[in-house]
Amino acid sequence: MMEELFVSGRHIEHIDPTLTLWGGPIAIYLFLGGLAAAILIFANFFFLMGKADKYVMTVKVSTLIPPVIIVIGLLLLVADLHHKLYFWQLLLNFRIESPMSWGAWTLSFIMIPAILWPLIYMKDIINYLSDRNPKCRLLKTLSWIDGMANKFKIVRMVIELATKYQKLMAYITIVLSLILGVYTGILLSAFNARPLWNTAILGPLFLTSGISTGAALLMWMSKNHHEKILFSKFDLVLIAVEIFLIIHLFMGMKAGSQVQVDTASLFLGGQYTAFFWVGIMGLGLVFPAVLEILELNRFNIPSWLPALFILLGGLAFRFIMVYAGQFSSYNIL
Amino acid sequence: MKTTRRQFIKITGMTAAGTAVAGSVIGQVLKAVESKTEINSDEESKWTRTPTYCEICFWKCGAWVYKDGEGKIKKIIGNNDDHHARGKLCPRGTGGIGSYYDEDRLKKPLIRDVDKDGKQTFREAEWDEAIDFIAKKMNGIKKKYGPEHMALFVHGAPAKHFEHLFSSFGNENHAEPAYAQCAGPREAGFFATFGSGVGSPEPADMQNSKCIIFIGNHIGENMHNSFVQEVSIAIDNGAKIIVVDPRLSTIASKATHWLPIKPSTDMALLLAWMHVLIYDNIYDKEYIERYAFGFEELKEHVKNFTPEWASGITTLDPELIKKSAHEMAAAAPAAVIHPGRHTTWYGDDTQRLRAIAIINALLGAYGRRGGMYLGVRKTIPEFPTVEYPEPKWTWKDITKDKYKNASVGVTNVFVDASLPDYPKEHQIKGWFIAGTSFINSIPDRKKIFKAMENQELIVVVDTMPMEMTGYADVVLPESTYLERYDYSRSGKNRVAQVAFRMPATEPLYNSKPSWWIARQIGLKLGLDKYYPWKDFEEVLDWQFKQIGSSLEEMKLLGVKTMDSGDLIYIPEGEPYEFNTNTGKIELYSTDFAEKGYNPLPTYTKHDSAPPGYYYFVYGRAPMHTFGRTQNNPYLFDLMDTNSVWINPKTAQLWGIENGTEIWLQNQDGVVSEFSTSARITERIRPDSVYMVHGFGHNRNVLSRAFGKGINDMPLITQIKIDPIMGGTGMRNNFVTFLLEKPENKEVAS
Amino acid sequence: MRYAMAMDTRKCVGCGDCVVACQTENDVPFGFCRDWIVENVSGIYPDTVKMHFKSERCNHCDNTPCVRTCPTGASHVIEGGIVKVTHDECIGCGACIVSCPYNARYVHPEGYIDKCTFCDHRVAQGQDTACVAVCPTTALIFGDLDDEKSPVSIALRENEWYVLAPEAGTKPQLYFLK
Ligand SMILES: Nc1nc2c(c(=O)[nH]1)N[C@H]1C(S)=C(S)[C@@H](COP(=O)(O)OP(=O)(O)OC[C@H]3O[C@@H](n4cnc5c(=O)[nH]c(N)nc54)[C@H](O)[C@@H]3O)O[C@H]1N2
Ligand SMILES: Nc1nc2c(c(=O)[nH]1)N[C@H]1C(S)=C(S)[C@@H](COP(=O)(O)OP(=O)(O)OC[C@H]3O[C@@H](n4cnc5c(=O)[nH]c(N)nc54)[C@H](O)[C@@H]3O)O[C@H]1N2
Ligand code: SF4
Ligand code: SF4
Ligand code: SF4
Ligand code: SF4
Ligand code: SF4
Ligand SMILES: [Mo]
Repeated sequence: MMEELFVSGRHIEHIDPTLTLWGGPIAIYLFLGGLAAAILIFANFFFLMGKADKYVMTVKVSTLIPPVIIVIGLLLLVADLHHKLYFWQLLLNFRIESPMSWGAWTLSFIMIPAILWPLIYMKDIINYLSDRNPKCRLLKTLSWIDGMANKFKIVRMVIELATKYQKLMAYITIVLSLILGVYTGILLSAFNARPLWNTAILGPLFLTSGISTGAALLMWMSKNHHEKILFSKFDLVLIAVEIFLIIHLFMGMKAGSQVQVDTASLFLGGQYTAFFWVGIMGLGLVFPAVLEILELNRFNIPSWLPALFILLGGLAFRFIMVYAGQFSSYNIL
Repeated sequence: MKTTRRQFIKITGMTAAGTAVAGSVIGQVLKAVESKTEINSDEESKWTRTPTYCEICFWKCGAWVYKDGEGKIKKIIGNNDDHHARGKLCPRGTGGIGSYYDEDRLKKPLIRDVDKDGKQTFREAEWDEAIDFIAKKMNGIKKKYGPEHMALFVHGAPAKHFEHLFSSFGNENHAEPAYAQCAGPREAGFFATFGSGVGSPEPADMQNSKCIIFIGNHIGENMHNSFVQEVSIAIDNGAKIIVVDPRLSTIASKATHWLPIKPSTDMALLLAWMHVLIYDNIYDKEYIERYAFGFEELKEHVKNFTPEWASGITTLDPELIKKSAHEMAAAAPAAVIHPGRHTTWYGDDTQRLRAIAIINALLGAYGRRGGMYLGVRKTIPEFPTVEYPEPKWTWKDITKDKYKNASVGVTNVFVDASLPDYPKEHQIKGWFIAGTSFINSIPDRKKIFKAMENQELIVVVDTMPMEMTGYADVVLPESTYLERYDYSRSGKNRVAQVAFRMPATEPLYNSKPSWWIARQIGLKLGLDKYYPWKDFEEVLDWQFKQIGSSLEEMKLLGVKTMDSGDLIYIPEGEPYEFNTNTGKIELYSTDFAEKGYNPLPTYTKHDSAPPGYYYFVYGRAPMHTFGRTQNNPYLFDLMDTNSVWINPKTAQLWGIENGTEIWLQNQDGVVSEFSTSARITERIRPDSVYMVHGFGHNRNVLSRAFGKGINDMPLITQIKIDPIMGGTGMRNNFVTFLLEKPENKEVAS
Repeated sequence: MRYAMAMDTRKCVGCGDCVVACQTENDVPFGFCRDWIVENVSGIYPDTVKMHFKSERCNHCDNTPCVRTCPTGASHVIEGGIVKVTHDECIGCGACIVSCPYNARYVHPEGYIDKCTFCDHRVAQGQDTACVAVCPTTALIFGDLDDEKSPVSIALRENEWYVLAPEAGTKPQLYFLK
């Protein structure tokens, strides 16, 4: 039986015919959140493992990135608000059931260790960078920050305190980072209204994908062979987990209710199929994995290549999840 | 279409000043609207209301106009006491506020002018100049030919003001498209049968009916307010509904039986229904015996019109024809075939409506509860003036010879009389048009353009810069119904009611009400003695006092119920005198027999769609009135274009999909000016296409409506005139699809 | 008290009066709407084709994802289960829009989120909502489910009905009579 549906009296931008309210800014926000979480997890983890001086890049230098991208993420979030002048309402309320609220608060809290961490290591970072690239433009800025931090007693005291309780801080940061990483998935999966997002796998999947992008970035940035190999291996495992989770996601949906079957079919023959399987599964996961396997087997592959594909794949994955999720809907008409 | 003398003028960069004012006023209003986030009941307590009756269509529902503390119109709500409204308005009435706020409205009088390069343009004028211009031209025509040589085309509330003006001027050539393009056949058909026309609102007693039959009549899309409300009550009461329509109309979707008839074959079905009612002995024998004339002739006449015969013509299942006839008979006399309203379909329409009237008689429905009630009204006396001058000739002299049963002026007869080769004696040389879109509601365009060439004056009074204003010599901006007084509504209904309209606010821009415009022209023409009053309030107050009310009271009540003293049903079994030659319901029309028309309705075959062409079926959408509401921002929001309905089987042949952009071309090669999207739907027969009348406006000053959809009127080139009353059958047209923008074709303008 | 609306698909003619009435009553800006019409056609011409209209709006759900996901509390539930938005607590993040399975909300041009309020300002004064009051076919019925004698309770008792996307788990309170 064929059915025709006609809706009259509404043609609202970004809502009709399908929801496109959230776009690039949210996808990038989620991407940056996941990346920041991953970098912090690695830095704190290897610090706790006592590898601070072995993996300088990971434990010390890379921590410059999270505070910057978290701020960018937050700015994107605010920029995406429609009632911007009221954004402070976000920080006036904590709504335990609202992932958006969780996210805002997690990002705010995590900013504290995220800023303290590079401050603790500022001298080492400067040394590390000037050793490798004395002309690095960043050095000036970093020295200025270091100078400023030392100028104020209160800041000095905070940094000292942080250094004293660095282990405790590391544990807390890891927990916060895990929350952040999972949050980037949960933010979407909390929206039961969108069948694609309405699955428990989304949290772990986003966390895994986020950590994998972090590992890729660290692999790219590291100049230490050990570090590189380590992250390359990490990445391979993470990619495998990710692929497993994605397949699990679709299998679950195929076995689910009609709406979920319809949703899955968006990716299995539907309009997102090519982009998803070629772009994200192929170029973003399988292809870099193959490159890394080759690299681990001593083929000469520049490490930025797989890393770039993983990062772009991760970003594209968030874009497609944001858009396709809004596209998927219950049969409400 | 080429116009030599009369260039079509686009009112484009019209009034910089006017628009600026408009912009700011509208801007303020919108701002006020937008800045209000929560409804504040303190604020609402400052609201006031004034009475009106709605003018968005001709149902004229009584309503209240609500204004906020600053005097801005906020909403319009139906009057609870009014039988047309019953406390509600239809979507168009609710959105009527948009006609007032529409920033594209006409703002100042315009006069046709020729610039240095010979190009015709409109020049803004003051009222005095415009009225002076019109009076001079009218006097010129009067002198040269006589005052009879003009025609007045009107519709709606402006009509009466200008009819008074023209009668005072010595002219009775008045016509409305509501007759020869609309309800005329129904009036003639019912009059010939019952000695009384149908009128508006149609007195079908639907809320008490157990079976209602709709022939085409697409109630729910045809959104006449209390009409829709009555059908809803009938549905609640479990009434059976039978719908005959080539399309699954809204009401068909709610019907017990839907008869998806082949277009143009309704007469065969009606004759078969008569056959079944009579030969299955299920008609109301007592009623027919007591009140009807000519039963035996009818019985003999329909002898061979069996359901099987009709089936071959209508494509309907003969069993369904029988079953539906039995269904209505079982409910009779609380059963009624609704007379319909827009009945000018195929040229033999009076006869089709006769058939409908006859079936209502066979069901014993006329004058019975649940059938058709006898409407009652309160007559409002006219304000006393001098008697009108006697014209040398009137519409009757040029109409009655051909269309003997026309009861009022026939628009298309006046168009014919306006052609240069029409006998000079009765030739029309000037048009006065108020409240009708004319070229969009009266066929046929080719003829109309020729007729316009021959006019020495064309005046258009409108609220909006519609197509017709582009052909005028003078355009006069009328205030909307929310800004003016008009004559009261006092039509027939179950109870006699008078509904009053007053201005809710000062007119926007430089617009004026019709009563003022007509009076000013009258004074300029020296017809002072017909205008012994200064202000329309005087007229209304006098009139209300004659019927036991007053202007003051009506301002408070809006609608007043009066005692008419008449009954709305024929007392059961009592004698009743019908206003026909025989004093009876004439199943056999002695009047028609006398005048040489067929005294009994019979089937004539109409053209079928040529190969590759489809029956061109048009109708209404509930949220628009003809071509007048497309630019209304509220109603535009609800429906901004008219897509063409095509059955999936047909669409497949053409490779047309839902949303495909198409142009239509009719059997005479006329192509639609704009394109529209296809709507592929199972709701229509494969041999027909459907679209809503009123779209496809080609004036770019209509900032929303311009270029949206297809105008049906230019595609209606084959017109079948009803020989009895002169109506223009407009459904004899066929269209085909063009998938590309057509070049070098005769494009309808 | 539990307000709810019933919508009789057997009577609705899809006229859109409820939409216009809402716009004028609630100053809904042009181009937006708090309620809308859906036409549903099924079957094949001529024997099985069927059609009905629905007038839809916020379902004032019992289980409100839109309120849950709101980070500021701007979206909230008031007396009688009416779901509302406080305009100057709303940051316009869109979480509530995305979390509503019925697409019942929209971004007002001023930035805050707007939607059907069940005309609480009218209901508080004992009136019907604007859309219910205007509906020419009385296809819309409003009332208190906790009151057995309310029109909506009677309508739900005496008719078969369904709700939209029950599987979304929102427990919608807009009932469609069939
Ligand atoms: N919303 C709205 N309501 C209106 C108006 C409006 O402009 N807008 N105008 C009012 C006025 S003045 C009038 S006259 C009425 C007109 O309203 P009606 O009298 O109801 O309209 P018609 O044009 O006679 O009928 C249109 C229907 O006839 C069907 N039809 C077409 N050809 C045939 C045929 O050969 N046989 C049969 N049986 N059916 C056929 C079409 O599919 C369509 O459903 O509407 C009134 N109500
Ligand atoms: N092709 C086609 N032709 C048809 C029909 C059809 O369905 N298809 N329907 C036929 C029927 S049933 C009818 S009744 C007629 C109706 O035909 P018309 O009465 O001509 O109806 P509209 O097309 O609405 O034109 C009304 C005009 O009056 C203007 N107007 C609106 N309000 C006011 C006012 O208050 N004052 C003044 N001065 N002007 C005002 C509008 O702007 C518009 O230009 O059309 C008939 N012609
Ligand atoms: S039926 Fe609608 S448009 Fe016509 S008069 Fe009544 S409210 Fe106005
Ligand atoms: S006003 Fe009533 S009949 Fe019209 S669309 Fe709305 S619910 Fe349906
Ligand atoms: S319909 Fe949507 S907006 Fe309304 S209460 Fe339910 S979830 Fe919230
Ligand atoms: S847009 Fe406003 S109401 Fe909606 S979730 Fe965000 S803050 Fe709450
Ligand atoms: S209840 Fe009020 S706010 Fe909601 S759709 Fe109806 S009129 Fe609009
Ligand atoms: Mo009409």
